[in-house]
Amino acid sequence: MNENLHGIMAEFREPEQLLNAVRAAYEVGYRKMDAYSPYVVEGVAEALGFKKTRLPLLVLLGGIAGAVTAYAMQWYSAVIDYPLNVGGRPLHSWPAFVPITFELTVLFAALAGAIGMLALNGLPKLHHPVFNAPQFKRASQTRFFLCIESDDHNFRLDEVRDFLQSRNPISVTEVEK
Amino acid sequence: MNAEVEEPLVASGYDSASVTQKITDIVLKCPLQRGWLGGFAFAFILLMLFNFAIAWVLSKGVGIWGVNIPVAWGFAIVNFVWWIGIGHAGTFISAILLLLHQDWRTSINRFAEAMTLFALACAGLFPLLHLGRPWVFYWLLPYPDTMDLWPQWRSALVWDVFAVGTYLTVSIIFWYIGLIPDLATMRDRAERKPVQLIYGVLSLGWRGSARHWKRFHMTYLLLAGLATPLVLSVHSVVSTDFATAIVPGWHSTIFPPYFVAGAIFSGFAMVLTLAIPIRKFYNLQDFITIRHLDNSAKVMLATALMVSYGYISEGFMSWYSDDKFEIYMTLNRMFGPYAPAYWLLIFCNVIVPQALWFKRIRTNPAALFIIALLVNVGMWTERYVIVITSLHRDFMPSAWGIFHGTRWDWMTLIGSFGLFATLFFLFLRVLPSISISEMRDLVHKKSESSK
Repeated sequence: MNENLHGIMAEFREPEQLLNAVRAAYEVGYRKMDAYSPYVVEGVAEALGFKKTRLPLLVLLGGIAGAVTAYAMQWYSAVIDYPLNVGGRPLHSWPAFVPITFELTVLFAALAGAIGMLALNGLPKLHHPVFNAPQFKRASQTRFFLCIESDDHNFRLDEVRDFLQSRNPISVTEVEK
Repeated sequence: MNAEVEEPLVASGYDSASVTQKITDIVLKCPLQRGWLGGFAFAFILLMLFNFAIAWVLSKGVGIWGVNIPVAWGFAIVNFVWWIGIGHAGTFISAILLLLHQDWRTSINRFAEAMTLFALACAGLFPLLHLGRPWVFYWLLPYPDTMDLWPQWRSALVWDVFAVGTYLTVSIIFWYIGLIPDLATMRDRAERKPVQLIYGVLSLGWRGSARHWKRFHMTYLLLAGLATPLVLSVHSVVSTDFATAIVPGWHSTIFPPYFVAGAIFSGFAMVLTLAIPIRKFYNLQDFITIRHLDNSAKVMLATALMVSYGYISEGFMSWYSDDKFEIYMTLNRMFGPYAPAYWLLIFCNVIVPQALWFKRIRTNPAALFIIALLVNVGMWTERYVIVITSLHRDFMPSAWGIFHGTRWDWMTLIGSFGLFATLFFLFLRVLPSISISEMRDLVHKKSESSK
């Protein structure tokens, strides 16, 4: 087998075809595969075996970190490091600390969400083998792609090609690494 | 019984290929047009005027503005509040309408978010210039400094720094994340190598993997959920700059909601001011349809009523308070030296928007454009009245004074339009001004439902 093969890629016209092909491929036993589409197609990620993303947890942790940082900073500077007696008012004037605590909660949570999404997606990654397929340019425009990768246990070149051909694609190509 | 057929969100006959082509061609294929060049040149001249006015302020000091005691807050604060309010509509459209499943936001959210960023760029400059010594603006931030000082956390002005800083950062993140799949489309449609390279790097190598899309959507929703309370908090914090002072006309609990409503009001006016020419010059009537204009006009009408309620409530409360300073302030606003500004704002913000009750007006782009411009003027005037009339006659008549903007005040205001417009013209030329991936989704869902 070609050592340099990333996988075999089929191109579909309709999102439903992609969804059905992914479901069928999962049933046959392929696991190392990915689907590419110009907009989100409901159900494809789940059909690929994608369980749940940890992003909401990351965002929550980011928010908590922001809240703690902001409140601790204000409390420490106003009570410990730089106590300022303004007409005998309490140093720990918590209501005044709420706005900044809120703002930093949102800031840290949003940063955690954005950076977390890119990190979990492995981006930025400017090159990837799928870009070697010339028709892949259409993945960001109109077409839907399924690529079964060569490092899957069940990967046999001819079987995979026959399987993909049976799903009525526009084209099937081998993708070099 | 409703015989009227609802106007469509996208004209019929589009599929994902033609949507993609139409939006990307504006950037990739369309040659430089005379209209764009003329507009850009005009904006750029104003931007140079802005640079000149700023350079002069930096070399001479804020004394060249009209500000002095008692009116120490002049145009800089008025412009800041006005610009930041305009930004709010972009976030409202992109975040709040997303959470409410209003799919009419799809074709206007991208440029509305761009509008937010550019409005914030203008807004952010004014308080910095107003500092008098803008080069030490970082004293507002908590950092381990050799002076052993901390910011005063109980000050609304310090809250402002955090609110505006967070708002700017989150708006940039939200906008950029939303752009990533479209930048990948631009990369794949670009024909020349350097163009492909630039969009390729900016798209971070997005390849549309189903797993990536899943996380992308999750993030987008979470960011919308975060931006929603954020946008409400920003103008609330801005309003506390006024409300925490004891100055008559400022010291009022209605300020936060009243400011937020005013912000969304003026922001939608700006959205219409931009959308109506864009859809005409770039032939985008099929994507930014009459229904978008109609809906934006309805939001404007609703917020106009909230703002009107604010004006009425202010008047009522000053009478009900039986406080002679408050009563005098209200009478002085209506009949004092700044009465023309007051009645101009009532005309632009209360009377003119009543025309929006009529569907014939809401679906007429020319009429809407004029109303939107008047509302922009009215909202600037409102902030002018709030800032100036309260300060110029507060408590002791011996400390009263009159404020007039100098030519440098007007130059910085007009110059800031140049900054905004220059950025906006560049945005139209280099980035897809409508979200392509969301439009594809929309036309797909539409074709599904019509099957």
